[in-house]
Amino acid sequence: MTKFIDLTLNGISTGAIYAAVALALVLIWRSTRIVNFAQGAMLMITTFIASAVINSSGSYVLGFVVALASGLVLGAIVERVAVRPVENAPPLNAVIMTLGLYTLLVAVAGMIWGNTPRSFPAAFSLRGYRVGATNLLFTPNDTFTVLVVIAVAVALAVLFRGTSLGLRMRAAAFAPEVARLLGVRVGRMLTVGWALAAACGAMAGVLVAPSVFLGPNSFDPILIIGFVAAVLGGLDSPPGAVIGGVVLGLALSYVSGYEGSALVPLAALVILVIVLMIRPTGLFSATKERRV
Amino acid sequence: MTSKLVGVFRGSTLLRSLAIVLVAGVVLIVVTDSVSSYRNLQIAYGAYYFCVLAGLTVLAGASGQISLGQGAFMAVGGYTFAKLNASPVGWSVFPSLSGAVAASILIGIPVGVAASRLRGPYLAGATLAFAVGLPALADKFPAFFGGENGLIVNPPIAPPWLGANFQLERWEAWVACAGALVVVFVLYNLTHSAVGRSWRAVRDGEIAASLSGLRVGRQQALAFTISASCAGLGGGLLAAVTQVASPGAFPLQLSLTLLAGVVIGGLGSLAGAVWGAALLVFLPNWTTDIAGSFSLSSNVSHNLPIAVYGLVLIVAMLVWPSGIQGGVRVIKRGAGSAIRSRRGRGSAEPATAASEATEPIADEEMNASHP
Repeated sequence: MTKFIDLTLNGISTGAIYAAVALALVLIWRSTRIVNFAQGAMLMITTFIASAVINSSGSYVLGFVVALASGLVLGAIVERVAVRPVENAPPLNAVIMTLGLYTLLVAVAGMIWGNTPRSFPAAFSLRGYRVGATNLLFTPNDTFTVLVVIAVAVALAVLFRGTSLGLRMRAAAFAPEVARLLGVRVGRMLTVGWALAAACGAMAGVLVAPSVFLGPNSFDPILIIGFVAAVLGGLDSPPGAVIGGVVLGLALSYVSGYEGSALVPLAALVILVIVLMIRPTGLFSATKERRV
Repeated sequence: MTSKLVGVFRGSTLLRSLAIVLVAGVVLIVVTDSVSSYRNLQIAYGAYYFCVLAGLTVLAGASGQISLGQGAFMAVGGYTFAKLNASPVGWSVFPSLSGAVAASILIGIPVGVAASRLRGPYLAGATLAFAVGLPALADKFPAFFGGENGLIVNPPIAPPWLGANFQLERWEAWVACAGALVVVFVLYNLTHSAVGRSWRAVRDGEIAASLSGLRVGRQQALAFTISASCAGLGGGLLAAVTQVASPGAFPLQLSLTLLAGVVIGGLGSLAGAVWGAALLVFLPNWTTDIAGSFSLSSNVSHNLPIAVYGLVLIVAMLVWPSGIQGGVRVIKRGAGSAIRSRRGRGSAEPATAASEATEPIADEEMNASHP
């Protein structure tokens, strides 16, 4: 029973991180109809930058802020330079482009920082809360992670539903031609969407780095699982992405706890295939029968 | 007489493919006889890469699907080969390779059926998850799959009639090239037959294809399974040539490298797969040489090939989606029209290289960038 509670708590905190990655993928999918396979590599780069800042300044908060800022910049650059030319090309071109970005960024990180994973500091203690005589598998740092992800999800919801910028971004994604006629700078909105998504991913990178260590390939499984979470929630729906992330976090935590961590990628694959076979638009998608 | 012979070759795909295989086989025998054992090993590497790339390029070019899971199918082939080749079963090289192909077909059918229901980024993501998920089985059952160290494969033994001093590397090159030629023969005939035409019809318009009586899902599953079997053969050859099948031999990076190989060669072109295979074999050597001559650090030289693959993918998508073989076609047509204009017929078709490059490429040449 203690094990079950531990696994549930652990599932919630990892699920929060998957939710953040899924949110980043969903933001980009909504604005440009592209699955950003480079997301894992982009958040790896920003986490390396955060690590460098934390090591030189000694301030975790500064590192976190720099990671978010560099995520914004990186996302905007990637959209302008690499993604804009393939936005209206066949979907295969965009897939190959983002995979090329992934490959290039991983190689560049390996050149600069080496391929040996290194440790990354946590914001708060990594010792579990004490209840009675047992240590729970839930730490103050996990609380921080969950709270930050909730805050960001709420902030994004407010941005999209309650502000003029959010309205313009939704218009640009939903009906680019009409939005352009009404004076919305569609291109700029797409850049903003990519920048926000990359910042969201950067946050996920900093949050997860203490538990997976920091190396060029450390975040590959997180990207795959984030993609599965996004599909689970329907690639179109930010609330779906959050729910999908938490559900997947719980499921994979149980698999890892009861069957061994080696099976986690395989379990993610099985869940993905089942979801895609039964309901290809995802569990929480509002749009029906969209041809992808 | 000669014109009659040319006519027969034009008319029969089977004869043409046999001629290609025969000529390529003779050339390869001559080449493997005259080069060093190290070069023979490189030829063997190139041949197994070619098998995988040819399957992937036909999948992407002819049926318009993408698979990032080819590395996982290579793992299926490699591990099956190692299991069949080792002591309890003890099959020799060619039966074991057939077993590797059979196993990858068995895995390829359900994956292909699932893939036929997915499109674009969904398909890419699902096959990517397949590439990451499947090798985890080796960790889960270490007793059967040898865990992180994998399975050791005995070096293939050349048959005695080739002489006692026949080099191991040369025999490995022959085995791998034999596999590659089988792939050429099968894929050439498939893509130039009713099957290939059905794939291209499905690629260009699913609704039109199904109105014409084609079972869209079945065609896509077939294309996926055939490309999986090519990858399985490539993986089996990899195990035979490198004498090991381990999880480290089939990382996620491998699947992305294969994608870079087909994109640089030109999606959909079997000749392009040769270019791609050459790139995958020689690029790591070149970058090591370059890094050595500029005395770059080991971090840089180790990651340089990967960076080049990434750049190749990005630059190809930005400026030259038809790859090397697309360039070759442009040059060929340019030369052809130059000859025609010298004969005085060219004024009617003033084709410049630039307009050829942007022209939609002919149906038979299968360019996936314009599906």
